[in-house]
Amino acid sequence: MDWFYIKGILILSGINLMAVLGLSLLTGFTGLFSFGHAGFMAIGAYVTAMMTIKFHLPFIPSLLIGAMGAALASLFIGRLTLNLKGDYFCIATLGFGEAIRLILDNVQYFGGARGWPGIPMYTNLTNVVILDIIGIAILVNLIRSRHGRNMKAIREEEMASQTIGINVFRYKMIALAISAAFAGVAGGMLGHYLGFLQPKMFQLIKSTELTIIVIFGGLGSISGSVIGALVLTSLPELLRTFAKWRLVVYGVAVVFIMITRPQGLMGGYEITAGNIKKLISRLASFGRPRQQTIGGDKE
Amino acid sequence: MSAFFQQLINGLSIGSVYALMAVGYSLVYSIMNFSNFAHGGVIMIGAYIGFFSMTAFKLPFTAAFCFAAFGAGILAVAIERIAYSPLRKRNAPFLYFIISAMGVSIFLENIIIASPIGPTFRTYPRVFSAAPFNIGGVNIGRLDVTMFLISAISLAVLVFIIEKTRTGMGIRASAYSLRASALMGVNTDRIILIVFGMGGFLAGIAGILFGMKYTVYPQIGNITIKSFIAAVFGGLGSLPGAVIGSVLLGIIETFTSGYLSSQFRDLIAFVLLIFILVVRPKGLMGKITEDKA
Repeated sequence: MDWFYIKGILILSGINLMAVLGLSLLTGFTGLFSFGHAGFMAIGAYVTAMMTIKFHLPFIPSLLIGAMGAALASLFIGRLTLNLKGDYFCIATLGFGEAIRLILDNVQYFGGARGWPGIPMYTNLTNVVILDIIGIAILVNLIRSRHGRNMKAIREEEMASQTIGINVFRYKMIALAISAAFAGVAGGMLGHYLGFLQPKMFQLIKSTELTIIVIFGGLGSISGSVIGALVLTSLPELLRTFAKWRLVVYGVAVVFIMITRPQGLMGGYEITAGNIKKLISRLASFGRPRQQTIGGDKE
Repeated sequence: MSAFFQQLINGLSIGSVYALMAVGYSLVYSIMNFSNFAHGGVIMIGAYIGFFSMTAFKLPFTAAFCFAAFGAGILAVAIERIAYSPLRKRNAPFLYFIISAMGVSIFLENIIIASPIGPTFRTYPRVFSAAPFNIGGVNIGRLDVTMFLISAISLAVLVFIIEKTRTGMGIRASAYSLRASALMGVNTDRIILIVFGMGGFLAGIAGILFGMKYTVYPQIGNITIKSFIAAVFGGLGSLPGAVIGSVLLGIIETFTSGYLSSQFRDLIAFVLLIFILVVRPKGLMGKITEDKA
């Protein structure tokens, strides 16, 4: 395989990773499930492309504006639907994502359903990697802050968090807005990598794919999300030789993971120097009765 | 004026098939509290079973119809056994069920594409003559009438089973509380299988009807997203709600494409979904919503 091909896969993984990081904050750390993140990606992609093409802004400021656009849309939809619980919020986001795609299908300014060619290809491996690292840094710091702890508290027990004075609605809004902004950046990068945008790229299946990556990596684990994005984006590419059968395998794999290891790859753990040390010492003392692990299985 | 009735009848006929699918969704939701996204795959397989029974095996319509319905029912039960029941045993959160369902739906769609059947669009052989009935200047297609009648009869049978039989009582009790019914001696495992079987059976019928109305292709299952909206519209978990929601959605859709533009048809459906969730999340006839809104 030549470097150009591998580079392409890495860039796509990086772009997916950005969206997955956002969704990880929402799903893994705040406990809200979304099937509409493709919609936020679409908003980010189209706003960013509009900024670079129609307003001739440089790439990075355009990305930020795209992220803001996605975040604003999420605040609007969150204001309306975050009061709904569980399944119903999930359905509302699904409707939102599909509605965004269908609206874009009809906006001739952006080329409608035919798509929008000729977007400058600003995205390259360097800026994807840098943006991903910035994204991970932001997320890690957020989760370790008071706000991150509040979000985790909401995930664990919403009622109790409300009782001890956490503004549950506000924190859900913040988590949703930040995750939408991440998705927006991912969308902007995607458009400027492919040089072409089409509403069809942001179908429900894209949102599902992102959620599957987060769950595959393990809810509540950033390292899990990173590994998940890298593995699940490149795996279908490596299986290209199987062509038609790869999505069949993918479907089976998803069901298999749900049945056998629902806590995901990392199961709520992070890869840090401390945890690696612990793992090594545990491997060294292999055979002795194990202690109950912390932060893993949440069933 | 005759155009108005024409649209109304088209809407009713589409809506009644949506109802067949929405009822399957709603049944599963009422008992297991998750949205079964694999339902579309079952409908698609039903449509293919019907198609091949009629073309490759040259069976008459009634036989193909039975094969499609029973085949889809068995498939739905198999999906429950393989993809959901291990999760159920573990009390997994609803999202795992949804993801598992999505996995099943990806699998079913792509196994058809990858198999020799392939992604091509296939047209059912003509069973009903294309000549429409003409009642007072309104043309009613024979297929539309058949679709409506078959759907209505199937739904009536379903209502009978649920309201009048012992099994139906078990289903109603399980919908109220799965755990309490299990404690009262209802075999909930069996109830769940029956519910999936019935949902799949109706999905098979919907599949063969949709296949005849349009064409058969691997993505035909995506149409269920509409019946899903209809189920939410009527109130998830409520059977009368699912039927009324479906018929209304069918009528709204045909009127949108008839009087506005067919491009807005799907958009209207999704906007309606969000609107309903914001204004009245329990839908038109939903049950208690303590946990939902």
